Amino acid sequence: MSTTSTKNEHFQDHLMEHHHKENFFTKYIFTMDHKMIGKQFLITGMIMGIVGVMMSMLFRLELAYPEQSFPILEFFLGKWAPDGVMDPNMYLALVTIHGTIMVFFVLTAGLSGTFSNLLIPLQIGARDMASGFMNALSYWFFFLSSVVMIASLFVESGPASGGWTVYPPLSALPQAMPGSGTGMTLWLISMTFFIVGSLLGSLNYIVTVINMRTKGMSMTRLPLTIWAFFVTAVLGVLSFPVLLSAALLLMMDRLIGTSFYLSDIFIGGEVLSYSGGSPVLYQHLFWFLGHPEVYIILLPALGISSEVIATNSRKPIFGYRAMVGSILAIAFLSFIVWGHHMFVTGMNPFLGSVFTFTTLLIAIPSAVKAFNYITTLWKGNIQYTPAMLFSIGLVSTFVTGGLTGVILGDSALDINVHDTYFVVAHFHIVMGLSAIFGMFAGVYHWFPKMYGRMMNKSMGYAHFWLTFITAYGVFFPMHFLGMAGLPRRYYSNTAFPMFDNLADINVLITYFAIIGGIAQLIFIFNFFYSIWRGPKASQNPWRANSLEWTTPVEHLHGNWPGDVPIVYRWAYDYSKPGYDEDFVPQNVPLAEGEESGH
Amino acid sequence: MASSAEMTQEENNWGGGSRPLGARYGKLMMWFFLLSDALTFSGFLTAYGLMRFKFESTWPIAENVFTHFPGLEGDQPLLYVALMTFILIMSSVTMVLAVNAGEKMNRKAVTNWMLWTIIGGLIFVGSQAWEWYHFIIGDSGAVETARQEILHIYNEEGERLSFSQVVHGMEEGHASNHGETFTKAEVLAAMKANEGMYIMEPGKAGVSFTHEASVAMLEAGDVVQGANMIHNEYGQKQFANFFFFITGFHGFHVFSGVVINFIIFYNVLLGTYERRGHYRMVEKVGLYWHFVDLVWVFVFTFFYLV
Repeated sequence: MSTTSTKNEHFQDHLMEHHHKENFFTKYIFTMDHKMIGKQFLITGMIMGIVGVMMSMLFRLELAYPEQSFPILEFFLGKWAPDGVMDPNMYLALVTIHGTIMVFFVLTAGLSGTFSNLLIPLQIGARDMASGFMNALSYWFFFLSSVVMIASLFVESGPASGGWTVYPPLSALPQAMPGSGTGMTLWLISMTFFIVGSLLGSLNYIVTVINMRTKGMSMTRLPLTIWAFFVTAVLGVLSFPVLLSAALLLMMDRLIGTSFYLSDIFIGGEVLSYSGGSPVLYQHLFWFLGHPEVYIILLPALGISSEVIATNSRKPIFGYRAMVGSILAIAFLSFIVWGHHMFVTGMNPFLGSVFTFTTLLIAIPSAVKAFNYITTLWKGNIQYTPAMLFSIGLVSTFVTGGLTGVILGDSALDINVHDTYFVVAHFHIVMGLSAIFGMFAGVYHWFPKMYGRMMNKSMGYAHFWLTFITAYGVFFPMHFLGMAGLPRRYYSNTAFPMFDNLADINVLITYFAIIGGIAQLIFIFNFFYSIWRGPKASQNPWRANSLEWTTPVEHLHGNWPGDVPIVYRWAYDYSKPGYDEDFVPQNVPLAEGEESGH
Repeated sequence: MASSAEMTQEENNWGGGSRPLGARYGKLMMWFFLLSDALTFSGFLTAYGLMRFKFESTWPIAENVFTHFPGLEGDQPLLYVALMTFILIMSSVTMVLAVNAGEKMNRKAVTNWMLWTIIGGLIFVGSQAWEWYHFIIGDSGAVETARQEILHIYNEEGERLSFSQVVHGMEEGHASNHGETFTKAEVLAAMKANEGMYIMEPGKAGVSFTHEASVAMLEAGDVVQGANMIHNEYGQKQFANFFFFITGFHGFHVFSGVVINFIIFYNVLLGTYERRGHYRMVEKVGLYWHFVDLVWVFVFTFFYLV
């Protein structure tokens, strides 16, 4: 103990010496403080999110009213929408960049980057991340990759257009389509920076959780958020490098004429020199990342919800160890299911059945999680904060989307709806909505920790209900479109008379999408208004147990003014008999005769 | 305060307030980084395996490809790569000795062993460049048919002929072209003039085409010398693609390892770690260096041995 406290004092002296030197650049730009880096990730992620959502509205407009003229399209897209009619190439580019931005920039870096940075040191009782410098570097790589991705929107031949999965040959041959040129090159450069940033961040998260937990913070006392961020970081460290392999081979095909993914291709009657390569090889490498990526997106949201649901039900989380076990099981299984994205690539049916089996196994830990959320809510003293509503919304979308996952995971069923709107509905609900709901829950819940002020509750409610209803309004009808056979990624379906009677559903979806998109303005207004004008937050506004609420409201580099708190119990002692309050923070010593149990 | 629960927490390394794996954060980060990098290489080697099985019959055999040794004439299959591998592994040994000397705070020995490690790394990278050079300029030359099959020229005794032998005649006894380039017209004219020359699939003696068919195939096809991204005289061009890419990517790792080692070496000379009181940086770059060596063992195995 004594050595720890002397170390702390040194740390404090060190801080005091340097504190007054802070200026705008050291405080907001080149900061190495994890709380500020978390905010940097959040703001960058939000800006990217706005771009991504706006793109989806533009192409929804096109899908509802194909080939009709909208001046707003010309306003945003310029030469790509002559006379207000969207160019098909621009439609493909928008779909591609929307997917890329939402998957990587908003729901990977924006979600995990924000909350891992903010919460890992605060919740495990550490002064900062293991390496503040690498943490800052991680953000700046992410920033650079965001800039390159946005820049790719403005190149002459248009941004990448081969879908967010950038399958070759569209991505490998610069002459394949307009977006395969400079736009695709920039996409690959951007993703390379992104992978480097993600790797630096993940290494930091893993090592911080292993090495820097405060005294008493055993692995089984960690809040579930930390478990989720930890496992997410491990997934990132193991899966992103394989995307890097795929991307590097793709760059070689593009730049120096190798044939890794290309074989016997004619373009415009001209024979190209490529031979022997396999585009399916790319798909294997890509989806070896691609499937864990789904859980890189989802697990942080699930972790955030565990915390928010337990706190706002005023009950211990149900089945803590089962929750940890299911996070680990999901993480493990996510590495052996990638083939379910490729059932129609001519895969051996036996292999398909293996992937079906492993995929359906994921339903077990997922169901454990859904069950535990519901049982935590059961008979709880539920506080309907906006964060809680979004977390309950997450449970809803996780179940709805999970059910269609069982259908798509089964090769015999998947083949019938593959590449239709059924798939679009499935992954948007289970991964997109769940993760974004988790992100909103996190922002509402930890806003007081980030900015020392409270967000407006009424606007939060309005934001939730509009988002929840319109989100289902957008994605639920897509199941029917998909079952009717409507293919995804098509610019228009007017050439197929059999889809004529689906046109009205597409119009309905677009109405919901536009209302839902506009509803996000409430959130953005609430967010920025509350940063400056929100009511001042108390130290522990949600009366929660975890350690971040034992730090002062005013941010302090080093987090705790005195010693780092020592932990005596798990994070879920809510409504514990024998205590006056209905919560017992983790740093409260055990009472006489009390068993910690964890 | 000291309840029994707390006592067990203190005994348990994972109970917080300690380093459960007995390593500082920098070393742990290096381990996790290496895990990640290992998966990048696994991605490449898996892709290589897939292609190799896809083109099993036309995949070049490494013994027939890498046959040169500086200063020695004739066939020396895999001799040079064995030497390179030995040097790289020895540089790992010197690295271990540097780390060990660092633990004993013996600055002079660290300097010495780091220097040997850097020299070993540089020799390896240079040797790789030499291997690439010989792979690129090629050996005997081959005929690439219009259907992109790689075929070799043989005489009636079933001996493989290099372009040099085809054009200049057998008496010169040239096994390889020695960097001389031959045009299709030269080879074609020489083949037309000598009825004892045939084109055959490599390794399938006896299943040759007639002389007339051989000449016709060369007329419709082309000659290839050496290997690049598009043509490979040794056989399947995917071999060349993967060889250049994977050994290149590994070579990039070795090169960056040498640069990092040099920076650390320079710091050792400056006495940075002496002042810091520990040589942990040497240990961390040592981990990276061992990893690079270990990856080479896999690359060597998959490209050269099996």
